[in-house]
Amino acid sequence: MIVKRTNLNFWERIYLPAVLGGIRVTVRHFFKKKVTMQYPEEKWTVPEGYRGAPYLVKDPEGRVKCVSCQLCEFICPPKAIRITPPGPDGSPEAGNVEKAPREFKIDMLRCIFCGYCQEVCPEEAIFLMKDYSLTGLSREEMVYDKTKLLALGGVHDDQVWKWKHK
Amino acid sequence: MDFFRHLSPTEQFLILSAIKIVCVFSVVMAAVAYSVLAERKLSAVIQDRRGPNRVGPFGIFQPVADGVKAFLKEDFVPGHVRRAYFWLAPMISMTPALLVLAVIPFGSRLGGEKMVIADLNVGILYTFGIVSLGVYGIVLAGYASNSKYPFLGGIRSSAQMISYEIAMGMSVIPVFLVVGDLNLGQVIQYQAEHGWLLLYAPLSFVIFLISSFAETNRLPFDMPESEQELVGGYHTEYSSIKFALFFMGEYANMIAASAMMVTLFLGGWTLPVAGLNKPAASIGMGAAHIVIFMAKVAALMGMFIWVRWMWPRFRYDQLMDLGWRRIFPLALVNIIATALWLWMAA
Repeated sequence: MIVKRTNLNFWERIYLPAVLGGIRVTVRHFFKKKVTMQYPEEKWTVPEGYRGAPYLVKDPEGRVKCVSCQLCEFICPPKAIRITPPGPDGSPEAGNVEKAPREFKIDMLRCIFCGYCQEVCPEEAIFLMKDYSLTGLSREEMVYDKTKLLALGGVHDDQVWKWKHK
Repeated sequence: MDFFRHLSPTEQFLILSAIKIVCVFSVVMAAVAYSVLAERKLSAVIQDRRGPNRVGPFGIFQPVADGVKAFLKEDFVPGHVRRAYFWLAPMISMTPALLVLAVIPFGSRLGGEKMVIADLNVGILYTFGIVSLGVYGIVLAGYASNSKYPFLGGIRSSAQMISYEIAMGMSVIPVFLVVGDLNLGQVIQYQAEHGWLLLYAPLSFVIFLISSFAETNRLPFDMPESEQELVGGYHTEYSSIKFALFFMGEYANMIAASAMMVTLFLGGWTLPVAGLNKPAASIGMGAAHIVIFMAKVAALMGMFIWVRWMWPRFRYDQLMDLGWRRIFPLALVNIIATALWLWMAA
């Protein structure tokens, strides 16, 4: 394609209309709403289905849903999850109902947020939530234990109440 | 005050001058720091951003943080530079801007003392003499860096500044034809009596304005730096406080240019209302004059900054074309027209 090169006309050559145009544009933007987000104070609302940090959830009656089946531990590609099952004695607070884990740790530095744990979980006990930008001052701090995971995960709005009639 | 009265006139003059120099210097350095902040704020607002707002309320302590950072950064000197000139260049680019301010009358009187550091009879000639030294800092920086981008920046700068200095010098001649004196105090005196020289020599003002954009290396004429083509131009190889000196030199130059424009065309410290046109009789009026002067300079600085975020850079050949084939003849015509007009009027 050949672009025809036209000579500038008088008004274009004296720059003044361009000057006025520049003033108009900048003044318009001067009064425009600012787009900067004040990051630590304001945060993005992430879209539905976002794969953030994996947390453990409780059922609506406040019970731990995880049953220590360790499927997530086995599927986890970077081996970020470490579960300590309760053993043959069972968990003292849950009685013999289910094998609630004695300890459940996720190393958030290893986690790749793939979502396999959520997908593999037969109990719908672990979910990738909307948290991003996890921070800590040490490596130890970035290994989230059971209490922390449960506290961050909160209560899941279950459709099926598995233990309702048990 | 008693011991002061017993000193000889020379000693009094020295002490008062030292006080004035310290005051002007500190005010100018503070103004430099805050015009950097103003630049960042204004650029942000024009680009729909918020700009620095974390250091203190609305980011007003940002200049302090910038200054501390500039001092504490590693002062890296590349192995290939010409060391003596490399050290000399930032100093040379900073000093002329500050020296120019010596002859600017920044106020009328404060307690019987003239508010100008050096009341030179040839103020404007001194100014042009000093301003033309500014180019050496940049040329030296380009030469001393001993690498291609700074070198190109230095070359462009010398060509640009020399070209526009001529237009700038020509543009003020009509002013002195009208006033009939080279003393900047007298220029202001004339404007107080007859109205601002902007009205008598508007073309001079426009040419002076355009030339000062070129002289201070500001967009749309920031050829020596032109980040996109020359990496950083003449200060590519500089870091830490040496870079900061160039940076401050640029803003100090802008302040000096604004102060010159205010003095020459916008009435200096005068304001044609409420008796502010006469040299002050009281301390309050004297302070008011200083405030008026600073407000005018600040307004021009705002314009300098705004223009930077409004217009793209000129191409280098267009810049030279504009300087030599448009502005320079226009300045000559302006001189002749003004001379003719004065001759007809007389």
